[in-house]
Amino acid sequence: MLQAIQRAGMSAIHRKVVDGERLSGDDGLALYACADLNVLGHLANIARERRNADLCYFVRNQHINYTNVCNKDCKFCAFYVRVNDPAGYTLSVEDVRRRVEEQIAEPITEIHMVAGINPRLPYQYYLDIIRAVKSVRPDVMVKAYTMIEIAEIVRVAKKPLEEVWEELKAAGLGSLPGGGAEVLSDRVHAEIFALKQTPDEWLDMARSAHRAGLRSNATMLYGHIETPAERVTHLLRLREVQDETGGFLTYIPLAFHPENTELSHLPPTTGFDDLRQLAIGRLMLDNFDHIKSFWIMVSPQISQLSLWYGADDMDGTIIREEITHAAGARTPQGLTREALVRLIQEAGRIPVERDALYRPVASRSVAAA
Amino acid sequence: MSAHAPRGIADVQDKVLSGQRISSDDALRLFAHHDLPALGALADQVRLRHHPDPIVTYVIGRNLNYTNVCWVKCGFCAFYRAPGHDEGYTLSREEIGDKIQELVDLGGREVLFQGGVNPQLKLDWYLETFRWIKSTWDVHIHGLSPAEILYLAHISALPLRECLTRLREAGLDTVPGAGGEILVDRVRKILAPGKDTADEWLGFMRTCHELGIHTSSTMMYGSVETTAERVEHLGRLRGLQDLTGGFYSFIPWSFQPERTTLPHIPKASAFDYLRTLAVARIYLDNFEHFQASWVTQGAKIAQVSLRFGANDFGSTVIEENVVSAAGTTYRMDIPEMERLIRDAGFTPLVRDTDYRVLGPYRPSESARALLARGLAPPIIAGQRPGRAEAGRTEGGAA
Repeated sequence: MLQAIQRAGMSAIHRKVVDGERLSGDDGLALYACADLNVLGHLANIARERRNADLCYFVRNQHINYTNVCNKDCKFCAFYVRVNDPAGYTLSVEDVRRRVEEQIAEPITEIHMVAGINPRLPYQYYLDIIRAVKSVRPDVMVKAYTMIEIAEIVRVAKKPLEEVWEELKAAGLGSLPGGGAEVLSDRVHAEIFALKQTPDEWLDMARSAHRAGLRSNATMLYGHIETPAERVTHLLRLREVQDETGGFLTYIPLAFHPENTELSHLPPTTGFDDLRQLAIGRLMLDNFDHIKSFWIMVSPQISQLSLWYGADDMDGTIIREEITHAAGARTPQGLTREALVRLIQEAGRIPVERDALYRPVASRSVAAA
Repeated sequence: MSAHAPRGIADVQDKVLSGQRISSDDALRLFAHHDLPALGALADQVRLRHHPDPIVTYVIGRNLNYTNVCWVKCGFCAFYRAPGHDEGYTLSREEIGDKIQELVDLGGREVLFQGGVNPQLKLDWYLETFRWIKSTWDVHIHGLSPAEILYLAHISALPLRECLTRLREAGLDTVPGAGGEILVDRVRKILAPGKDTADEWLGFMRTCHELGIHTSSTMMYGSVETTAERVEHLGRLRGLQDLTGGFYSFIPWSFQPERTTLPHIPKASAFDYLRTLAVARIYLDNFEHFQASWVTQGAKIAQVSLRFGANDFGSTVIEENVVSAAGTTYRMDIPEMERLIRDAGFTPLVRDTDYRVLGPYRPSESARALLARGLAPPIIAGQRPGRAEAGRTEGGAA
């Protein structure tokens, strides 16, 4: 490996990683310019094992995408339809309750709820669907609403953000997913998701959530029009906020799926880019505890490999994913616990079933695997 | 090395880095080693010794599955139809000709001519077909397999050497290493009791090499074999290559359990593929070329395999391109193949079947037109389109 590190010109970065020294933006650019995947994996694995040893987390979770109606017109999205489109759907509070009841036999600990921005939904709806989930399954953690949904909720609530956080928490909101960050760059924002909040607004809202005592994740939607420099800037901006608040739980790079989007002329991400993206995320985000490989987007195969490229979390069993599948994802819409455990163990890692806050699920932890 | 790398393989690493051959015990230890980037880096080091330039080659070739009739009845094969089955087919000359013409229009020369062991087809059929192909087009026939040729020799009551000589005179250029499966009779008896034994397969290859007919070699892992049997397989290949030097390449692929008689076996993972490829690259120090198997692994893993010992992206296959992407069939066209190779940091170059590098792909007018409008769908009598290719993954990359 030393030869490969030298050949790739990565000796100085290697030294920093071994010493636990923070990497600079220039280091980030150098990592993106490195074609040797094994070197990237080796470096990321040093950081990964230092923080998470041989553990690989997964969760038993359910996704509920409560509406596909959206007024943001993001060019990378194949899921949304505009207001008044007959293909639009919005789940009623009762529908949400039924979705949860349908899976009542599954030992789920987390329900992930995100959707489009349907301007006709009243404030009460957002509180009620959380309550509906909690009424059926009081023990699950509701991880709901990306920052743009929160912005919409604040708009219809006509209340200050701080007050909205408290009311959402009182309804049962447990944590926030990290979607919607896309690429934290004003150029990319203007070109492909102009109607959404700006990168500054996204980061401010994350800060506010953390101040309110809510943990959130952070994502990056990569593989469309962004440059390596913009990826690095994105990571640095996340790291900066994390230094301030410590509120981010997990970083999740999301692979762009071009099919059925306005950017369908672009090719899908490659295996090399998927693994590199995780590895560099692990290396740059030295203040994040967890790096998640979202198998829905990169395939279970790449997710398995990613356990040696920085990732310590494979997300979960996921029941009924719809957003990436609208963009032509050919991955399954769910994996069994047995399949996940087998992938993790075969890669030489120790599977740990977690809840939404990375606490081991006691009754079905490693020993049962 | 960092604190992570050794984990019990430092001595094997030293051997590899100093250019020494590793033992079968060493290979077993590598198989048990989980540090994937470390295995990859070691395999990449060996690859670099054989191929110092950052180049990845591929061949413009096509599959031509001339018949699906086969009496051997391998449990892992979803392609064959037993003699008399109403879905059995043998392609006509017109159908064969159309397929070859399409390849030639695309700028390719490699015809992977493979089918089943069809008792209706005698040696003369092959000799006449090959002569006709070679007199009509300037192509390379990478054809048949040990099982097909051993059977031909048998029903023609000819010694293998004589049978091969006649086939070569008629136009057979090289023989794919198909049917290698695992070269351990315990495994072969379970998977393919009707097929040649390990000794017969190796003896066949040896005869080919002695006659100057180059072959490739393969390993179908992930079925019922143990890790030790994988290493035994590699050991037998390495031993024969020491004697003859006649293998051009090694291509591992994973057993595809769907639609076989062994569907309960879980499909081998990407981790297993990369580990197997890497250990093979390290162990088979006398093999020049390692092919990525995008047909069985898909684009993402095939690309990653370029850092785990593979220096070649195999064949364009062509018929896979037009098969619907449903199920486990992967599609690949030339621009996509080149994008993947470049993205991984290599320059894509076209080679011929003898692994001579021809240069960058420069499509002619006819090829451009063909690429723009898409290739013709496969002509397969009595089958829904694509079925033959989907089942016959092992033919694709040899």
